[in-house]
Amino acid sequence: MQPIKIALAAFGFTLACSATFAQTAPDPTLVGQGQYLAEAGDCAACHTAPNGKAFAGGLPMASPIGTIYTSNITPDKSAGIGDWSYDDFQRLMRKGVTKQGYVVYPAMPYPSYARLTEPDLKAMYAYFMLGVQPVDQANRANGIPWPLSMRWPLHIWRWFYAPTAKPFVAAAGQGAEIARGAYLVEGLGHCGACHTPRRITLQETALSDADGPSYLSGGAPVDGWPAPSLRNENGGGLAGWSEDDIVAFMKTGRNKHSASFGAMNDVVVDSLQYLSDSDLRSIAAYLKSLPPKNTAAQPYAYDDTATKALLSGDASTRGAQAYVDRCAACHGSDGKGYEGVFPALAGNPILQTDDAVSAIHIILSGGRLPGTKTAPSYFVMGPYADVMTDQNIADVVSYIETSWGNQGKPVTTGQVAAIRKTATPVNP
Amino acid sequence: MADLTMPHVDAVIIGFGWTGAIMAKELTQAGLKVVALERGPNRDTYPQGAYPTSIDELTYNTRSKLFQDMSKSTLTIRHKPSDQAVPYRQLAAFLPGTGVGGAGLHWSGCHWRVTPEELKIRSHYEERYGKAFIPDEIPLQDWGVSYEELEPHFSFAEQVFGTSGQAYKVNGEIVGPGNPFDADRSTPFPLPPMKNPYSAELFKQAATEVGYHPFSIPAANASGVYTNPYGCQMAPCTFCGFCSGYACYNYSKASPNVNILPALRQVPNFELRAKCDVVLIETDSTGTKATGVIYVDEKGNRVTQPADLVILGAFAYNNAYMMLLSKIGTPYDPTTGEGTIGKNFCYQNENSIAAFFDGDKFTNPFVGAGGNGIACDDFNADHFDHGPLGFIGGAPMWVNQAGTKPIGGGPLPAGTPSWGSAWKKAVKDNYTHVVSMNAHGTNMPDRENYLDLDPDYTDYLGRPLLRLTFNWHDNDYKMANFMVDKMGAIAKAMNPKAMKVSAKKPGEPFDTRHYQTTHMGGGVIMGTDPTKSAVNRYLQSWDVSNLFVVGSSAFPQGLGYNPTGTVAALTYWSAKAIREQYLKNPGPLVPV
Repeated sequence: MQPIKIALAAFGFTLACSATFAQTAPDPTLVGQGQYLAEAGDCAACHTAPNGKAFAGGLPMASPIGTIYTSNITPDKSAGIGDWSYDDFQRLMRKGVTKQGYVVYPAMPYPSYARLTEPDLKAMYAYFMLGVQPVDQANRANGIPWPLSMRWPLHIWRWFYAPTAKPFVAAAGQGAEIARGAYLVEGLGHCGACHTPRRITLQETALSDADGPSYLSGGAPVDGWPAPSLRNENGGGLAGWSEDDIVAFMKTGRNKHSASFGAMNDVVVDSLQYLSDSDLRSIAAYLKSLPPKNTAAQPYAYDDTATKALLSGDASTRGAQAYVDRCAACHGSDGKGYEGVFPALAGNPILQTDDAVSAIHIILSGGRLPGTKTAPSYFVMGPYADVMTDQNIADVVSYIETSWGNQGKPVTTGQVAAIRKTATPVNP
Repeated sequence: MADLTMPHVDAVIIGFGWTGAIMAKELTQAGLKVVALERGPNRDTYPQGAYPTSIDELTYNTRSKLFQDMSKSTLTIRHKPSDQAVPYRQLAAFLPGTGVGGAGLHWSGCHWRVTPEELKIRSHYEERYGKAFIPDEIPLQDWGVSYEELEPHFSFAEQVFGTSGQAYKVNGEIVGPGNPFDADRSTPFPLPPMKNPYSAELFKQAATEVGYHPFSIPAANASGVYTNPYGCQMAPCTFCGFCSGYACYNYSKASPNVNILPALRQVPNFELRAKCDVVLIETDSTGTKATGVIYVDEKGNRVTQPADLVILGAFAYNNAYMMLLSKIGTPYDPTTGEGTIGKNFCYQNENSIAAFFDGDKFTNPFVGAGGNGIACDDFNADHFDHGPLGFIGGAPMWVNQAGTKPIGGGPLPAGTPSWGSAWKKAVKDNYTHVVSMNAHGTNMPDRENYLDLDPDYTDYLGRPLLRLTFNWHDNDYKMANFMVDKMGAIAKAMNPKAMKVSAKKPGEPFDTRHYQTTHMGGGVIMGTDPTKSAVNRYLQSWDVSNLFVVGSSAFPQGLGYNPTGTVAALTYWSAKAIREQYLKNPGPLVPV
C-alpha cells in the first residue's frame, strides 16, 4: 500500500481533458455488433455482480488500497450512464475519465481500451444505450479510506502510466490475421490486465508486444490463481500448443493439454466462447507470434519413468502413493488425463514453472471446468483440503511437478499451509 | 406460506429424472418454454458425487442419501386386497429416488432394448401357444407400439447415454459377437463393450460350454471418453464399483445430470425448480384439459403453474399416484377388472446363484460397474419354447459384477450363521472367492397386483399415501425355479466347491425386507384400447389430451431386462409425437 500512496501523492496537479468529439446519437443498427464487442471485452465480468442484474455493477473488487465496487453501466438516466453522450462514453473508455470529470481506478482497463477504433466504440455505445436494460441501482461507495479515497491522484497515475489514446495501428509487417488478434488481445480482450506482470505502481509492465517481452509473460495471482504466460515459449507458455489447441481452449475451456480453472473460467464463459471462430483464430495466431521471453526454457518432452513405475506396482517415489489414491483415476497413471474431459498433467503448462501456487490451490479447493455453449459439460474436481494434510499435498504436488518430464519444482509444506489459509472449496 | 401463481409456460414437467430430462431437452429444442419441477433437492456430480466423500456406503446406501425421504412420504404395501396395508418405512426391497436426476442419478447403468416380442406379448403368445395359454388372472396386453417404430429412439438413446456394448446385427448384417437373439439395429453401440472382470470371464466360458450364447451387457458406463449428440461428455469408467446408490464421481455413468442437464443449462427457455412437490394436475371444468399443476415449494407456498402441456415423468408408480390424486382417468378395480389407473403394477422376478471357490481363485468382487458383465439371453423373452413349461416370460442370466461393498457384503455359503465367529470366518474365506449370478426375470401382471390410494395413511402434506397391493403368483414361482435350474448348469460348469441357490419357493410371499430391484412398472399402462389402458401408444392420456405420462408406468408387464433403455426410447417416441403431431394440432393423437 505504501509505495502506491507515495507514487500517487507525489504529483499535485491534475490533467485537463482536451479531447473533443462531436455528439453522436447511438445507432440502432450497431447494437448487435456492440454486444459482440462487449462480450469480447468481458464487460460483464466486472460490471455484473453474481446474481445481480446485467451491467448494474456492484461487484466488489479487492485492491491493495481497499475494496472497489464496480459501477452501473446500464442506460439508466440517473443510476447508470443513460445521460452520457458518445463523447462521454469514448472518453471514459479510452482515457478513464468519467462524465463527472473524475478518473476511474485502473481496475478499469482503459489503458488497453485506449487503442479501440472509433467504429467499435460507436457500436459499443449503441449497445450500452439501446441493447441493455436500464437498472435503477445506485453505485455503491468504494471502501477505500481517506486519503487514498481521493480521486485526484488517479489523474496523475493516468497521466503517468496510461498511454495516449489513439486507435490501434498494426505493426509494420504484421499480417491482417495477426493484426486482428493483436487488436483484440491488446485492446478489448485486455488479456494483459492479468497475464502481464505489473509494476509496484500497478501499471502493466507492457501494454503490447512492442513494449517488450514482459507483455503477457505471466502475471501475479488473481484470487489466488497465477496467470500463466501466453507467449509462444517453453517453461509454462504456449510453445507446446498449436493454434487449434488455443482456439479450442478459448471456445470450450478445454483442449488436449489442459483445462480452464480458477479465475480464467469467467473469461471463457462470459467472453471468449462468444467470439467468432475467425477472431479466435486471429488471437491464437497473434499469441503464437509472440517470441519467448524465457529463452532458456527447454521444450517439454514426455518421460515414461513414473508411468512405468506405477504400472508395475511401484509407488515408492514420494507422493506416488497419494497420486495413485487421489489423482490417478482421472489423470491416469501416465499423467495424460482424458482429452477434453480430465486435463493432462504431463506437459501441462501450469506444471512447467517454479510457481506451484495453482497446483496447490487446486488440490486444496478443487477445480471447475466450466461448460460453454459448444462444450456444455462442466467437470468438477472436488476439494481435498479436508482429506489431505499439508505434507500429503506437498508430496503429491512435488510428484506431479517433476514426473512425466514436467519441469516444475518440488514444494514445501509451508507453501501449502500458506495457501490453505485462504483456499475455499470450489462452488458447485 | 401463500398461494402464488407463476407466469404461464408452454410445458410443465413433473419430475426431473431421465424422462423429465429427455422431455425438457426435446421440448426446448422445439422452441417451447419449459419448466421442470422436481420434488427433491438439486443434485449434481459435485458435490453429491464428489470423490472421495461419495465413496461412502454408510452415508449413501445404508442411510439412503440419494433415495426417497421416507420421513416425508412413502407408500403402503399389502399382499392381497383383503389385507391391511402398512407403510414401507425402511427402504430395502426397492430404492426409489428423489432429487434432480431422480433414480437416473443412482441407477446402475444396464441399458437394454425391449425385445420385439415383449411389445406385442399377448398377440405373440396367443399366436405361438394358443389363446388358452394365458390365464384369465394375467391381464396381458400389447403395448401398441412396435420395435421397428421404437428402433430409431433406442438408437438415439444409446447415443445420448454413451452406451458401451457389442452389436450383433446392424441393418441386417451380422457385425460381431453380440447377443444373437437381439433384434436388428440401425447403429452399433457408440462405445465398445466394457472389459470383463474375472468372474464375468468365468461365466462366459461356462455358458459357452453348456451351449448358451454369452455376450457383453450393454452398459451406460462409458468404456472410453465420449461426447454425446448434445455435446455432453463422459469419462472412462474406472470400475470403482460405486454405481448403484451413488452419483458416479467420475462422469462415467450416464445420468440426466451428466448427459442432458449440462446442455439444458445453456438454453434460456428452460427452468428447473427443485424442492417443488407437485400435489395436483389441474384440469378445467370439463375434466378433459389440464390447465397446469399445483405444487408446494420449499417454503410451503402453494404454487399454481399454468401450462398448455403437462408431462408427468415421476418415478414409476408415482405416475399412477399423481393420476389418482388428480382424479384423471378411472381408478382400476380388481374385483371387476375395470378401470385403468393403477392397473398392471409390475415388478421384477429376480433369482440368483452364488458359486464359491477355493482360496486360490480370486474373483475380486469389489471391482465392478453397474452395467458391467456378461449375460446370456437363451431363456429371456420367448427365445425358448414355453409350451410345455406353463409359464409366461423369461430372464436374461448374467454375472453383473457391480462392486460388492463392505457393509452390504457378499453372499455366503448356505448354512453360514448370520453372526459370530463362524460368520466372520465365512466372510473371510469367501469374500474374494465367489461369483454371483442372477436370472433377472420378467414379472407378469396379475389381476390382484395394482395401485390405489390408501384409505388410512397420509404423508407430510396430508395427502393419502399410495397403496401397493402386490404378491408373487404361480407364474412367478414356476419361472423362478425353471431359471435357476438353467442357470445352475452354468454355475456347475464353473466347478465351484459349493453353490447357493436363491429362488422364490411356491407360496413364499413378497418380502419387502430384502433388496431385489427398483424396476417397478405399470399403473398408467399404454395400449390401443381406452378401456384397457390409461395412455395411448404415444403415452398421451386417453382422458386428458394435453397430458403425457412417460416412464415405466407405461409398461403393461415387467420386462426381463432392466427398464431404463426402454423408458428412454418410449420417451423419445412420445416426444417425437408431441413435436411432429401434437404441437401442430393439439388434441388426441389416437381417436377414442
